[in-house]
Amino acid sequence: MTTFWKHRLFWPAAALVALVTVNSIARPRFLSITMRDGELYGALIDILRNSAPLMLVALGMTIVIATRGIDLSVGAIMAVSGAVALTVIDGSDDPGNLGTVLVAVATAIAVALVLGVWNGFLVAVLGIQPIIATLVLMLAGRGVALLITGGFITTVNSDPFSYIASGYLTLVPFALVISVVAVAVIALVERRTALGVLTEAVGINPEASRLAGVRSRGIVWGAYVLSGALAGVAGIVYASNIKAADANAAGLFIELYAILAVVLGGTSLAGGKFSVAGTVIGVLVIQTLESTILFLGVPSAQSPVFFALVVVVVVMVQSKRVRGAFGMVRRPGRDGPTGPPGPSKHEAVTGRRTEVAA
Amino acid sequence: MRNKVLSGLALLGAVTLGLSACGSDGGDDVAAGSGGGGGGDDVITVGFAQTGSESGWRSANTESMKEAFSEENGFELVFNAADNDPAAQIAAVRSFINQGVDAIVIAPIVEDGWDDVLQEAQDADIPVILEDRTVTASEDLYATWVGLDFKLEGQKAGEWAAENFTEPTTMVVLEGTTGSAPANDRAEGFDAAIEGTPIEKIDSQTGDFTRDGGKSVMEGFLQKYGVDGIDLVYAHNDDMGLGAIEAIEAAGAVPGEDIKIITIDAVRDGMQALVDGKINYIVECNPLLGEKAAELVKAVLDGEEVDKRTIVEDQAFDQAAAEEALPDRKY
Repeated sequence: MTTFWKHRLFWPAAALVALVTVNSIARPRFLSITMRDGELYGALIDILRNSAPLMLVALGMTIVIATRGIDLSVGAIMAVSGAVALTVIDGSDDPGNLGTVLVAVATAIAVALVLGVWNGFLVAVLGIQPIIATLVLMLAGRGVALLITGGFITTVNSDPFSYIASGYLTLVPFALVISVVAVAVIALVERRTALGVLTEAVGINPEASRLAGVRSRGIVWGAYVLSGALAGVAGIVYASNIKAADANAAGLFIELYAILAVVLGGTSLAGGKFSVAGTVIGVLVIQTLESTILFLGVPSAQSPVFFALVVVVVVMVQSKRVRGAFGMVRRPGRDGPTGPPGPSKHEAVTGRRTEVAA
Repeated sequence: MRNKVLSGLALLGAVTLGLSACGSDGGDDVAAGSGGGGGGDDVITVGFAQTGSESGWRSANTESMKEAFSEENGFELVFNAADNDPAAQIAAVRSFINQGVDAIVIAPIVEDGWDDVLQEAQDADIPVILEDRTVTASEDLYATWVGLDFKLEGQKAGEWAAENFTEPTTMVVLEGTTGSAPANDRAEGFDAAIEGTPIEKIDSQTGDFTRDGGKSVMEGFLQKYGVDGIDLVYAHNDDMGLGAIEAIEAAGAVPGEDIKIITIDAVRDGMQALVDGKINYIVECNPLLGEKAAELVKAVLDGEEVDKRTIVEDQAFDQAAAEEALPDRKY
């Protein structure tokens, strides 16, 4: 039973459960999921569906952070990808055609991929600090998106395109399917192959892992490409949700929420060990918190403070030192979120086994 | 040791910057000399410090200004968009002063912090015309302000609601960005207009003036109160209203029928939705302030007395009016 308490995902999961409980007490309707025309409908479904863009971005961010990096450009890439997709659809003769939409989506993801390659090139090849390298695109990208849309919000009426965010695949929203597939693929590739270990090795000590024969450049580069591509998909989901390319608002501040989700999920910003399951929980905590603000009717002027307070509490509860101070843990831990950077390699290797189970 | 080298470098950088600043000052003086001194030509040089390009409204506003201050109209426009960075905007105004333009038009990003630079403009005898938003600085420091009355916009929307909803009505509000003048004033004007009517505001939450914000907040409202629990949506701009339409449709209801929608702005997409019957009433927030601003610049430079506040009248549209107006809309 003690291991259950000590599991690294216990506290983030507890925070999520607490939020859901508070919501269901405030409004019992929160938990109800109804069936309408063969589609599931309810507050929980909305949370899962709306979390898709943040989920995609946070997944990429998890891998980038695991390599000791950070990707600030994801929001801008979202804006560019949405702008590209909508411009392609808007410029075609037949916006409702499935082929048009597929071309638009493929083009947008390709552009996002190129932007990811650019970030990775700056970081992995030129050796520029990740925060600066991706800041370039964060600042310039939104301008590029505005340039593509001509400063206006491009709107389209295209059924196949709006299906991406609003449609249902049999019972479940298609956007949820996208994020579940992304989570599954990344969890499988990172945890069922050696890639995850290599990524962690690079994050823990790039130099040592290079000397040990790990091709760290390719792994770091790949992380940024992945992050860019996922941000591209997130941009498409966002644009599809509102059937418009809003270059100013698309993905605004999402980089910060993604970093928050990663940290809430227990991945250290110092790089190294990462947890995909933790990030999933982190994203759901953030998304549920946004619904909570609505459900509890927190006035908008106070909602940022409310949001911040909850986040602070969740982060503090996760800190072993704080729990130690309250006597919840006998020994203060060594690697809390604010602790010394990264565990030793030995710890990482042994720690990994429990993580696979997670 | 390394620190010393670094600070040395920083100092060097600062000195070079200072030098180059002086250098550009000198250069600008020459330019100003030729511009101001050669006052024989009739071209009026106007520096326009725009906030940025954050919305469709802003783009239309920029277009309108560029059109009004065109060469054909006898102007030379020096345009600067500050990307919503107040410091960059003040720097832009300062460079207008150094360039010796004939007049400066500012759409201030924030209200505060303008006293010094406006004083500098006054010392340089350059009149300043504020556009769209206002500043907290003393009225003596600028010639005039041209813009819109957000409160009146809210009031017009509220009056229409009060007229059309005579039975008990539940209303939710999609607010603009918390603390912004349009959000505050549009709420105030609306609330005043519906006071004493059977319209009850059951909830209000910010959607940050974006479609995505409007959609997700509306989804939350629909989960909270159900489709039958909401009769009316008041959105502080069109984009949030358009987001709300998406949410209402996703919940299986008909926007404009089951749940009525009132918005403010009247951008093209909003007007289209009004024509389609998905929005019921829109109060305009006219971005075409350029013509009026150009008029005022000429008047001020000719030494005419102008009012400190010039309010451009907003129209309001119901479905029929929108159908008529839509083909001619510029934005």
